[in-house]
Amino acid sequence: MSAEAARQPAAGPIVDVRNVRKVYRRDAEEIVVLNGINVQVPNGEFLALMGPSGSGKTTLLNLIAGIDRPTSGEVIVAGTDVGRLSESELARWRSHNVGFIFQFYNLIPVLTALENVELPLLLTSLSKKERRERALTALKVVGLADRAGHYPRQLSGGQEQRVAIARAIVADPGVLVADEPTGDLDAKSAEEILALMESLNRDFGKTIIMVTHDPRAAEKAHTQKHLEKGVLKA
Amino acid sequence: MALPLSYNVRNVRARWQVSLLAVIGIGLVVTVFVALMAMRTGFTMALRSTGVPENAMVVQRGSASELTSWVPLDHRNKIVVDPRVAVASDGRPMASPEIVVVGAMPRRTDGLQTNVTIRGVTPKAFEVRGGIEIKQGRNFQPGIDEIIVGRRIADRIQGLDLGATIPIQKHHWKIVGIFTSRGGAFESEIWGDLDTMAGPFRRQGGSNSLAVRLKDPKALESFDRWIRDDPEMQLQAVEERKYYEDQAGGLSATLLFLVAFVSIIMGIGAVFGAMNTMYAIVAARTREIGTLRALGFSRRSILFSFVVESVILAFAGGLFGCLLAFPINGFSTASGQTPSFSEVAFAFQITPNILAWGLVFATIMGFFGGLLPAFRGARLPITSALREA
Ligand SMILES: Nc1ncnc2c1ncn2[C@@H]1O[C@H](COP(=O)(O)OP(=O)(O)OP(=O)(O)O)[C@@H](O)[C@H]1O
Ligand SMILES: [Mg+2]
Repeated sequence: MSAEAARQPAAGPIVDVRNVRKVYRRDAEEIVVLNGINVQVPNGEFLALMGPSGSGKTTLLNLIAGIDRPTSGEVIVAGTDVGRLSESELARWRSHNVGFIFQFYNLIPVLTALENVELPLLLTSLSKKERRERALTALKVVGLADRAGHYPRQLSGGQEQRVAIARAIVADPGVLVADEPTGDLDAKSAEEILALMESLNRDFGKTIIMVTHDPRAAEKAHTQKHLEKGVLKA
Repeated sequence: MALPLSYNVRNVRARWQVSLLAVIGIGLVVTVFVALMAMRTGFTMALRSTGVPENAMVVQRGSASELTSWVPLDHRNKIVVDPRVAVASDGRPMASPEIVVVGAMPRRTDGLQTNVTIRGVTPKAFEVRGGIEIKQGRNFQPGIDEIIVGRRIADRIQGLDLGATIPIQKHHWKIVGIFTSRGGAFESEIWGDLDTMAGPFRRQGGSNSLAVRLKDPKALESFDRWIRDDPEMQLQAVEERKYYEDQAGGLSATLLFLVAFVSIIMGIGAVFGAMNTMYAIVAARTREIGTLRALGFSRRSILFSFVVESVILAFAGGLFGCLLAFPINGFSTASGQTPSFSEVAFAFQITPNILAWGLVFATIMGFFGGLLPAFRGARLPITSALREA
């Protein structure tokens, strides 16, 4: 823990993206998606990432979340150079450090709300009882403790997304990444989800990086950044 | 840590329609496997002797069956007085000279001629062989044209009814009893008096075989050596059980080969069926795989999970197959493919062992069917898996 702290001064950014390029090769053709991205996200930030479709928002988010690797440059999150980790180290690292919120919730249909939330804890050494307790606590945070035994198909879109948020926070990661979390929701549910995310940021100190097309969603964030043609603009 | 088993079980249940065809395919292979194995077991059991461990068969060296063996009377007389041979309560040696012939008789089902083994024995045969029980009627009387018939062959051959008379070698033999022999080979035979049969069957001056009871089964080796060392006798002594097992052995091996051949060919088909289904299942759950990987589950746990799911499917198929095969248990039929080319009636015997092997076989099919699709699922890059609809 102390070594971690030494590498990661409290004042420094929790996400540090340096000169990142991401190039896809299709046959002889090169598609430059990200072309020299530099961005520092301080701990406790709520950042909205905007930009036209195909500008590379999801790509950048995936790099920060450690499910993709940059062609060049460095992505340092919570003190770890994500690009240097092996595949299995990276998987482990993700389970402790990053919470995922998806546009289409991505709950497992055959698992109940509680079991969905419990899923990331299967990768820890917690006992079954502890896992259940923690998952239930996370469901309480999102206000769905009474739906613990419900399956995703028995929930509304907004409720599904709240269960997904409970799953994202249950292992207590420092960073939450959200790719258009309100993209599939009606205005009212979107409002509730954004309020919940604001509360996670404010009351639980989570750093949130949110990709969105919706200006009203982006307004809730402290900072907005725009991606265009592979470069970031404030 | 791996994904919980309940995740796979529930997925199988939730999407059972998708996998129904694969499950049935594996099930049918298991059904055929169980049926063939049950046939082999029944057949092997039907060729077994009643199996007294102290018994030895004295037969001609190099003979393939009792039919082609000959033990002359003077050799018999020499052998039965050997001190290693047990003595009955009446003071006479526990030795059973037997003649064996084959007669063609019509089957009850289609009237076609089939070979039936007819055995001429002395009263000592019942003591030496053991396990023979007269179930209906009575035993034959020496000196007259009476016979008793094994229950299995009585069920299968026209005219083998208690009280009926049948012609064999221009003699008319009256059926006075029906017997069993603990499910062994004798139940497919007709028995009569040795001396009465020897004339009409032209088997005088000796017997085809000589079954003897030894005082000590460990003496068999020296008994056999003593017989072989006699230059006048072209004979050998073999443990009775082994003698009949060897007769069944070749067939048993042939049947096992048949089972393996049919099962493997059909199994390969079922594996491809399961593979197809698993590819479809993996494709349908691509985004789910991406999600699980993003949450931190390793490629290995994804691979393992889908293999497990395939095995669960196959196991369900295996259970279904076993259930489907069950009605053939005890179903009686017959084969003429014995060393003496005579009809041996047998019943399909499904044992717990066979069912267990059927399930193991199903599991193996599930494993191989699931492996490649599971690899595809595990190899997916997370980012592209998450982009899937
Ligand atoms: N695996 C890949 N191979 C080739 N090109 C890819 C791949 N993944 C993404 N791209 C391309 O990279 C570009 C950026 O994609 P990305 O999904 O990051 O955009 P986005 O800003 O999230 O768009 P949207 O708002 O529509 O979600 C697109 O042109 C896309 O076609
Ligand atoms: Mg996107």
